[in-house]
Amino acid sequence: MSETAGQQHPIGVYLKIWLLLFVFSAFSYAVDFYQLQGYLRWTLILIFMFLKAGFIIAIFMHVQWERLSLKYVLFLPLLAIGVLIALMAIEGDYTHLTRLIYFGR
Amino acid sequence: MTTDDKSATYTEPGVAGMVSDWAADKQTFDMPWGKIMMWIFLLSDTFIFSVFLTSYMNVRMSATEPWPNASEVFALTIFGQHVPLLLIAIMTFILITSSGTMAMAVNYAYRGDKKKTVWLIVITAIFGASFVGMQAFEWGKLISDGVRPWGNPWGAAQFGSAFFMITGFHGLHVTAGVIYLLWTARRVGAGYYDGKGLEIVEIAGLYWHFVDLVWVFIFAFFYLW
Repeated sequence: MSETAGQQHPIGVYLKIWLLLFVFSAFSYAVDFYQLQGYLRWTLILIFMFLKAGFIIAIFMHVQWERLSLKYVLFLPLLAIGVLIALMAIEGDYTHLTRLIYFGR
Repeated sequence: MTTDDKSATYTEPGVAGMVSDWAADKQTFDMPWGKIMMWIFLLSDTFIFSVFLTSYMNVRMSATEPWPNASEVFALTIFGQHVPLLLIAIMTFILITSSGTMAMAVNYAYRGDKKKTVWLIVITAIFGASFVGMQAFEWGKLISDGVRPWGNPWGAAQFGSAFFMITGFHGLHVTAGVIYLLWTARRVGAGYYDGKGLEIVEIAGLYWHFVDLVWVFIFAFFYLW
């Protein structure tokens, strides 16, 4: 086991990421606090969400230092979720339209 | 080939290294079996939460009634001030703090500082328990406001079922995590892993960070969107 006995990284790395996560959370809360709306709101929410998720996975969960074998096992299956999201978005849109047509709301 | 074989190397980087990991006569993943099992479990859990959030997206898109404004629904009035999403923001910060203390626990475990490790895990569990407490308070407030899985006073009926299902399942994960962490801390403190290495702390940490990770997505899609 070459690397796993390790996963030893300087404490400073964790403290910096911790601080970053606080800052990103504060930013995403600010999006709601200042009541930003529309595409600006959704874009900012997604940016801060992916930044937070990325840092948690890469640093706190040590994926950045893992081998490619594990990274592919973790991230390749997520493509299926992307397909599901796309399909369900189309389906939701369709249901919405049919409800408007047949229930007249 | 057994897991104890130390002769196998995992030094070759990149795609060539991955091919050799999978093809060579050695264990594929360069980690204890418990850690890869935790990763596989977390991957399956990712799918469960993704399906919940996707179905939430689906019912929200197809609802013809207006969707309740989360910013207003979860607002609190503190000292006569109307603050949107206050409790949710505090819960978010608490969970991130607990993730930080857990990362430190893993770090101290690999440094061999058992005492600090145990205490940091216990602190993480306390933060987790306070998160669950706040969630119980939030559920109580919403239920007294008249939110039910089949309806609510503000609009689309699907709001309640999505809310209780998603936050409930996440809360269940946090609760299970608190128990898991306390159990791990007890075993580490009792010296159960002395001489065996403290990878067990990293494995527990993976689970805890995942719970925080799921909250990042719930916070973005359910509370902020």
